[in-house]
Amino acid sequence: MSTESETPGPALRRRGPEAGVALLLLVIGLIVIVDSLRVGIEWADDGPRAGYFPFFIGCLLSLSSGWTLVRALLSWREETAIFSEYSQLRDVAAMAIPLTVFVAAVPFLGLYVPGALLIGYFMRRHGTGGWLATLAVAIGTPIVFFLIFERWFLVPLAKGPLEAWLGF
Amino acid sequence: MDEINSLMHGFSVALTLPNVGFMLVGLLLGVLIGVLPGLGGANGVAILLPLTFSMNPTSAIIMLSCIYWGALFGGAITSILFNIPGEPWSVATTFDGFPLAQQGRAAEALTAAFTSSFVGALFAVLAITFLAPLLAKFALEFGPPEFFAVQMLTFCSFIGMSKEPPMKTLAAMMFGFALAAVGMDTVTGQLRMTFGFTEMLKGFDFLIAVIGLFGIGEILTTMEEGLAFKGKSAKINFRVVLHTWKELLQYWRTFIRSVLIGCWMGITPGGATPASFMSYGMARRAAKDKESFGRGNIEGVVAPETAAHAAGTAALLPMLTLGIPGSPTAAVLLGGLLIWGLQPGPLLFVEQKDFVWGLIASMYLGNIVGLIVVLTTVPWWAAILRIPFPVIAPVIIFICAIGAYTVHSSIFDVVMMLVFGVFGYLFKKLRYPLAPLVLALVLGDMAESSFRQSMLLSQGEVSIFYSNWLVGSLMALSIFLLLLPAWGALKSMLRRREANAYLGR
Repeated sequence: MSTESETPGPALRRRGPEAGVALLLLVIGLIVIVDSLRVGIEWADDGPRAGYFPFFIGCLLSLSSGWTLVRALLSWREETAIFSEYSQLRDVAAMAIPLTVFVAAVPFLGLYVPGALLIGYFMRRHGTGGWLATLAVAIGTPIVFFLIFERWFLVPLAKGPLEAWLGF
Repeated sequence: MDEINSLMHGFSVALTLPNVGFMLVGLLLGVLIGVLPGLGGANGVAILLPLTFSMNPTSAIIMLSCIYWGALFGGAITSILFNIPGEPWSVATTFDGFPLAQQGRAAEALTAAFTSSFVGALFAVLAITFLAPLLAKFALEFGPPEFFAVQMLTFCSFIGMSKEPPMKTLAAMMFGFALAAVGMDTVTGQLRMTFGFTEMLKGFDFLIAVIGLFGIGEILTTMEEGLAFKGKSAKINFRVVLHTWKELLQYWRTFIRSVLIGCWMGITPGGATPASFMSYGMARRAAKDKESFGRGNIEGVVAPETAAHAAGTAALLPMLTLGIPGSPTAAVLLGGLLIWGLQPGPLLFVEQKDFVWGLIASMYLGNIVGLIVVLTTVPWWAAILRIPFPVIAPVIIFICAIGAYTVHSSIFDVVMMLVFGVFGYLFKKLRYPLAPLVLALVLGDMAESSFRQSMLLSQGEVSIFYSNWLVGSLMALSIFLLLLPAWGALKSMLRRREANAYLGR
């Protein structure tokens, strides 16, 4: 989504993300090739070395994504296909941003508290329910999952300071 | 008949009280997963897999495969009542299913969809019952080159059959292989592509990838499509069911055709989604009144549902006998087998008779029980979809995060889930197929080791891949499928040139 700023208009054209993703895959392919060369792609006494198979993979990945990249660049001017309208991208961002904040909070707060915050935020921001319903769902859902996972299946989930303070 | 005896034994395994209980739980969870956006067969099973680690493998696979059947059933509910395909393979069901619901014939459409799913699955299970032992016996003779050839065939058929651009299919697949190669090399013990990060030592777990690609990616795409769920309601009573069943009898030709398409596409990993489209297209072409398709023709529900369910079920045949899954969900189940300590492949039929035949018997039972369950509970599932999306979406994300975390109890995996989610969204928008990526991630290590073992056997000679008729023909078929898109491109280029010459350019 780094290409959002270019081509003002109601919709983001497809060519930007197309070239971006192809370039990313090309770079990954090149990394695979370089690393395979590092660990060795030739034969040792006991058989092929560790880079033998990934080397081919890296080559094919670079070739196929390079092809997509070159095609996207060659038809750069006439390409008019649309990736998404900006209003749609805003809707996606409305989900993607809180989602990222949620994931960023998990290492510090565990899973339960960020989960409750995410549900609460989303219901208040985009939903129509009142405070009571929001609080009930936001706090109730993590508690239900706590019971299912930690009590019945004995699978511990990531916990943060709040759970520690409560003595779990 | 050996198979009948084994199957009867399987029923005795599957029909114990706890296993029937797991079956019911699995089916209900499966329908729920199929109905909810962002949760599907593949990532639903992936999220629940860690909960089964401590279970008995037979009970675990019965429950998980029933989730799969349930999800296949559930996809039809949303596509008919809400015009929202809950699963990619039910897209074709919306073409005629939703118009039927708009005409007030939702109950008929749902009955037809569930019955077709059931018929499709039943015939696919019959195929598994009688073909699987044969194929397994045959595959016992396989060495590394044969296994690599079968894996090669799997991946080439993706490129040859996929609707997505072949170069993108190849790129998605190779991306999967590259991710699978990260971490410790199983043969030499060397570290590959870890770049000093300890988190990378284990490599990328495909379960995380599945949860991110299908779950988070799906939620992001759903956000974009707008969130107004305007559905039709439906109650099914017994009279309508009987009436519809009577009506369905006249479509026996469609059933047979769709079952064949489905089984074929399931065994060769085309998967349920292309099977449903192909079957819909063939039914339309064969019909006398082509106009009525897309405006509410029962046959337009029967054809894709039968094929999708047949393909979804048949996808387990290569998974059990060769260790090669025919669909992403089958790939997740295969991952489950490995975690429970069972080696999928031909030996499974020799060493784990209880497990294999218990599973096959549970397929029969699960589909019968599933049909009854969905027919009786449709109104409730429709009610679930009336819960507003701002409530469902964050809850599903929370569930996905829990699922990602429980695989290895690692917070890094939750971060990776987000990364895969962004990839899933971008890939879906740019028409990179996700199924080959997941399959490559699952099969990467296996394919690599069979390739390296073959190379060891032949001391680096590629000729081992055409040293006997079996390997040779598998490889030839792979290369044929691989070149199929190139042939198509060449043909259309020639045609364009001809047209241009004709126009005097």
